[in-house]
Order: sequence, then C-alpha cells, then structure tokens
Amino acid sequence: MTMLELVCPAGTPASLRAAVEAGADTVYCGFADETNARNFPGLNFSREEMAAGIEYAHERGTKVLVAINTFPQAGNEALWHRAVADAHTVGADAVILADIGLLAYTAKHHGDLRRHLSVQAAAANPDVINFYAEEFGVKRVVLPRVLSVPEIAAINREIDTETEVFVFGGLCVMEEGRCSLSSYATGQSPNMNGVCSPASHVVYEQSGDELVSKLGEFTIDKVGQDAPAPYPTLCKGCFSAGARTGHVFEDAISLDAASLIPQMAKAGVTALKIEGRQRSRAYVAAVVCSFRQAVKACAAGQSIPPSALAKLSEGQDNTLGAYRKTWR
Amino acid sequence: MQLTLGPLMFHWKPDLIQDFYARIADEAPIDRVVLGEVVCSKRLPFYEALIPEIAERLARAGKEVVLASLGLVTLKRERAMLSDLVEAGFAVEVNDLTMMRYLAKNQKFTVGPLVNVYNTGTLDWLIARGASHICLPPELPIETIATLADHGTRAGAGIEVWAYGRLPLAISGRCYHARLAGRSKDSCLFVCEEDMDGLAVDTLDDQKFLAINGVQTLSESRANMVGDVAAIDGAGVTSLRLSPHSEDMVHVAQTFRAACDGNISAGEALAMLAERAVSPRYSNGFMFGKTGADWSHSQIN
Amino acid sequence: MSSSPSPIPRLPSAIRMLARPLPLPILALVMNRLARQMVRRHPSLFTRLGTHAGKCFQIDPVDLPFVFHVFPMPEAPRITLHRRGRAGPWDGRIAGSLAALVGMIHGAYDGDALFFSRDIVLEGDTAAVLALRNAIDDSELDLFEEFLAALGPVGRYVKPGMQPLLGQLQKRTGVALRRAEFTS
Repeated sequence: MTMLELVCPAGTPASLRAAVEAGADTVYCGFADETNARNFPGLNFSREEMAAGIEYAHERGTKVLVAINTFPQAGNEALWHRAVADAHTVGADAVILADIGLLAYTAKHHGDLRRHLSVQAAAANPDVINFYAEEFGVKRVVLPRVLSVPEIAAINREIDTETEVFVFGGLCVMEEGRCSLSSYATGQSPNMNGVCSPASHVVYEQSGDELVSKLGEFTIDKVGQDAPAPYPTLCKGCFSAGARTGHVFEDAISLDAASLIPQMAKAGVTALKIEGRQRSRAYVAAVVCSFRQAVKACAAGQSIPPSALAKLSEGQDNTLGAYRKTWR
Repeated sequence: MQLTLGPLMFHWKPDLIQDFYARIADEAPIDRVVLGEVVCSKRLPFYEALIPEIAERLARAGKEVVLASLGLVTLKRERAMLSDLVEAGFAVEVNDLTMMRYLAKNQKFTVGPLVNVYNTGTLDWLIARGASHICLPPELPIETIATLADHGTRAGAGIEVWAYGRLPLAISGRCYHARLAGRSKDSCLFVCEEDMDGLAVDTLDDQKFLAINGVQTLSESRANMVGDVAAIDGAGVTSLRLSPHSEDMVHVAQTFRAACDGNISAGEALAMLAERAVSPRYSNGFMFGKTGADWSHSQIN
Repeated sequence: MSSSPSPIPRLPSAIRMLARPLPLPILALVMNRLARQMVRRHPSLFTRLGTHAGKCFQIDPVDLPFVFHVFPMPEAPRITLHRRGRAGPWDGRIAGSLAALVGMIHGAYDGDALFFSRDIVLEGDTAAVLALRNAIDDSELDLFEEFLAALGPVGRYVKPGMQPLLGQLQKRTGVALRRAEFTS
C-alpha cells in the first residue's frame, strides 16, 4: 500500500523543528496575524522565522504549507495579498486558502504557487471540489469534518484533486468556515479574526466545588473537582435545551482516527492531517511520532498500533467523529 | 430600501406553510421572497409539491420569487436537488458554492447569507459570474458592510443584510434535534417539527443563548435592525432580509416598511415590534455592538 | 513523555522543608540575573509576548513555599519572590507542582494536557498566560544551561561535575530538570 503523507502542525519554529524531527512529511504553519485561522497570542511565524523554518524543513526533505485561510477583511485585502506574496517568496510548497477572492487573486498573480483548499472553505462534495479545481487550479482539498469514510471514498472517485483528511486533534462539530458562534459571544470569529472562543474572552471561576468556565458573558461549562478541566470552546459546552441538560452539540472530546488509516488509504486519500498549531512542541513530537508509526504500519500492511495519546486530548477522551456515520 | 423575506428555516407542517405564504402574498409589503429548503434536505419532500403553487401566487401578487439552494450539500440526492432548481424557471439563491456547478454560464443568480462574502475580491468574482443580488453574512460589522455595499452597488449588484430573525450561526453534519432525542440524523423521525422557531439552548446559569434547528444552530435572540434602518441605508445597503418566524410576519414586514419609508420613528418601530413580540430578546450587535448578542436599544427590552 | 499515564510527582517533603528557610532576596538576585541574561540569549521569547510583555505573571509552584512574579519587559525584565499569600496583584497566574511547571518549560509536558488533567491551573488574563506559555515553549529553554551560562566562564568547569548530580536530583524529585529532546 502507498505511504500516506503526514501533514503536521507547527505554531512556532520550535514546533516546526519538532515535527520535522518526529517524521513529518509536511508541516503547515501561518504568519503571526489575522491571515491564518490560529491567530492566537504568542503563536505563529514572522517573515524571517518562516524563511528559516522553510529552509530547515527543505534541508531535511520536509515540505512546508502556509495557511492563509481566513477571509480577507473588506478594505484591508492587501494584508492577505502580502501574505500570499511573502509565502511565495520564502519558498512555501503551497498555500492553504479558503476565500474565493483570495484564490482568484493567487491564481492570477502567483500562478505557479500551489494552492490547497482549506477546510475553512467547507468543500463537502465532488461538485464543489471540481468547481474549485477548475476555477482556481486547486490541487488539494482539506475535507470538512462532516463526512463519513464511504462518502470520502465516493468523493475521491469523482475528482482528480488530492484529498487531505483530519486524523487527530481538536474537532469542529460545525462545518468549518461557516460558524459565527464565537463572534456571537465574543465579537471575534474564525472567519474574520482567525480565532474561535478566544483566550482573551475566557474566564475561569472557582465556585464552591465547581470550576466554571465562561466565554464573554456566557457560562459554557461547570465541572466538579475530578473531571477534566474544560476549555470553554462554545460547541463543546454544557447547556440545557428542552428538558435536558448536557453537551447539546458535542462532548469535550477530540478526534483520533488512527485506527481508520487503512480505510482512508483505501478511500483514495492522499494526506492525513494532524490538528494543533496552538499546542506545544511536546504535543507535536508525541502525536507526529505516533502517527509516523501508524502510517508506516499501514503501508507495510500491518495492523495499526494502539495509540496512547488520550492524555493529550481535550476532555482526555477521543472519538472517530463524523467518519462514523452514526455520529450524525 | 427593498424588503426580502428569507427562506423558511424551520420545519413547519405543509398546510401552515401554505397559509403563511398566502398571507405574505396578500398582505405583506415584501419585494422579494426566497422559497425552499436551506437547512435539511430530508424536510423538502413534505412540501416540495406546494412550491410551484406558492411561487405562482407570490409572483401574481407582484413579488419577485427566488428559489433557495441547500446550505450544506453532501449527498447525491442533494446534488440532484440543485439541478432540479435550475430547471424550475425562477431565479436561484446560491447558499453553497456547489450550486455554481449547476448554473448555466451567464445565468443570473443571487447569493444567500451562508456564502462567505467578506471582501471586495469575492464580491467582484461573484458579480463577474452573474450575481445580481447578494445577502452578506450576518457577522459583518456596519463599517465592512458600507465598504462592500459601495463596491457592490457600483458594480451593479444589490446588497442585502440580515435585518430580522434568529441569526443563522452555524450548520453541521450532525442533527442536534435528533441527538437531543437520542436518535441519529438518519432516524430522526422529524422531531424538529415540534419547535416552530427552533429549540432554545440556555446556559447552566439560565442565560438565553442559542437555539437549535436540526443541523442548524441559531442565536436565541432575534436580530432586529428596525431601529437602525437609517444607519443601514446610510451604509448603501439596498435590501433588508426578514427571516420567517411563527409570529405575525406581516406585522414585522409592515413595521419595517414604515420605518424604511420614514413614516414612523426608530423608537416607534421598535415599540411596535416589541409590543407584539413572542420573544422579548433582540440583538443588533454584529452590526453595531462588540459581540453579536449585544443590543443597543436596551430601553426597549 | 507526556502521553504516559504516570501522575506528575510532588516534591518530596524533605526538599520542601529545605526550601522553607531559603533567603528570598538572594534567590531574587539570582533570578534577576537569569532574567537579564534571557533577554540576550532568547530575544524572541520577549518579542513573541508582544503587548503582554508589560504584564505581571504569577508563577506558583504549589509545592514550594513561595511564588514568583515575572515582569517580562525586554528592556527591564524583573522577577520578584514572595511568600505565598503575601504577594501583590498580578495579571495572569499559572499554578502547579514544580515538576509540572519545570516539565512544561523543558518541553516534557504539553501545557494544554496539563490544564485538561488539572495538573496546572490558569487564572486571570488567559490570553497573556497563553502568550507566555507559547513564547517559552518556542524558546526551548534548558534551565540548567541558563544557570551555567549565568555563572559565566565558571559554568564550563562545573558542568561535568554537576551533570551526574542533576541526574540524581531528577530521579529523586521526578522533575524534568533538563530540556526534553525529540527524535523519531
């Protein structure tokens, strides 16, 4: 079986080096501003750091993708155009884009810069993927986390574009790129600001035996002493609806699809993506290492070794998410 | 300023749908009506057969009729729905770019609020491809709306904003109504039909927060821009979108019409809506506040 | 590695007892020397903090009798020490066992994972605390190396003698006293 490409996150130069050392085929990262969807405090790359990171990766045979996957702000489009131009200049192997205006701009002005379609574009069927390929020359699409494995296989039968799927990390329950929950509560959204449930609006309060997490004015969760601490990501919160109280949208849980790697390979997937540019180099090293073994095992026709990554996950628990149809 | 009635987002019984649009045709001062299923393709068979009749009646009443495309398209059956839309002979509202594959070259179309139009590059691309009327995403602030309205209207397209009704905040592969009932999406038994305006989702501290509607997540508050029509008009917007709810939408449309025409003041308009409101919680924060949930006319509720 | 299920150790009580009478002013002198040196050796740590550099961070190793207040302004970095309960106001706070905090600095543990498992607690200005954590993570600090560098030329001579001692101490306390190295 062919070896699947392992696409790994890097929020800092140190994480980029950790990913390369741990066996990443490809690393993805972004500039330190609102042009990328992990615009978090203390994270991301200056132009100089990006150039040095790409040089370091290329010397070791690793590719680097630059995510410019937020939606340019009207009147400030130049910031996004500069990000594309600078990624091109420093030798990025591809840019990951979501906005059709920016895709059109890049296809026109940087025709030889490879274009990947971000999960933020939410391209969930063969028609729309073929649309992006024909209109903007997109070579690879990162599939939204709303599809089951048979659906991914069916999509691959109808397209020539490469597909990349998430296999590990934080899990969007909503279709990415089409969610304004965060800006409803905080004024800042993934699409406009590159943040979801931003740390600047997070408040933790100890209330008796309970840890209360709030986002802006809204209470997102309350947990007792022994439960894992919840980051107040809106869609993982505990709410009440009708007569029921609970995790209405999704539990505080992360994706771990290591066991599905052989099925992904059979479904015609090109690359496996690990989420977590906001995580530490310790996370990157551990997760990349584990998935390197899994991908090798899959290519050799061996069974996938059980993963020991639960500790690293939000909620300290894992799911196969939408890849299993009953998730819906 | 034009008024557009957006597509019904909720799963109502067919006879209710028929009555609702009959009243809109006869009584509501609405210029454009968007018809059809945006949220869940499983709902469409219940009322699909009624659409031609409703569309004709609305057209006879002088309304421009536009058929909405589905918001999240994954299944073969859903793709077939899109090709049916093109053949129906009405204008089409694109709510997912998948629809672009089914439009004929040079066919005019409109764009719904679920398509990400955040900047002039995207606006230019869509207008060049035939977009004649674009409803912007609800999360944009008024300054950005002004930039886009100026750019869009110069290029010959109408620019619309979300002006009334629960805000469509997210769409998912998962059905939350079914999940809440302990079912999966495929065996949902249409539990969503019990909530005519969606089901409220409160925080553990009893704050009103969100509402679920099948695979869609809405705000619990109703966006309400009736007190802000002057500012929106000043930004160059050409049309306001009112989203159908179970309350008296003819009254809502009449109030907006009167406010837009300057026949009543902002305060009077707000009071007229609040007086008959089913839910007292409004918001206008995406356009005018720090967060989407903010409400700047707090003297009203 | 952080994915192992072993709980993060607390300092043995003997060491805690030893730490109690430590003279804080002298410790503070050493810490400030270290802080100034970090600006020279790891300038990007401070630029990464951006506007958060002007804030006060309380670092609270809960198994020691004192807390640190870190003021990471690149032009005048400062660290003050306080007996617990007698410290002044702060903007953001990270509390956890010394093993968790030092292990996080050394890249042995992931900060989010420590947070989920309640091994560390974050309070106050969450954005500032995250910026500090990310900046430190990128700096790949090794506190032992920093300490040796602070000793100047002497550092080079004492290093061979101290390394086995450090190994012993690491074993006894369970604290990751050196930077974790990653290879596949």
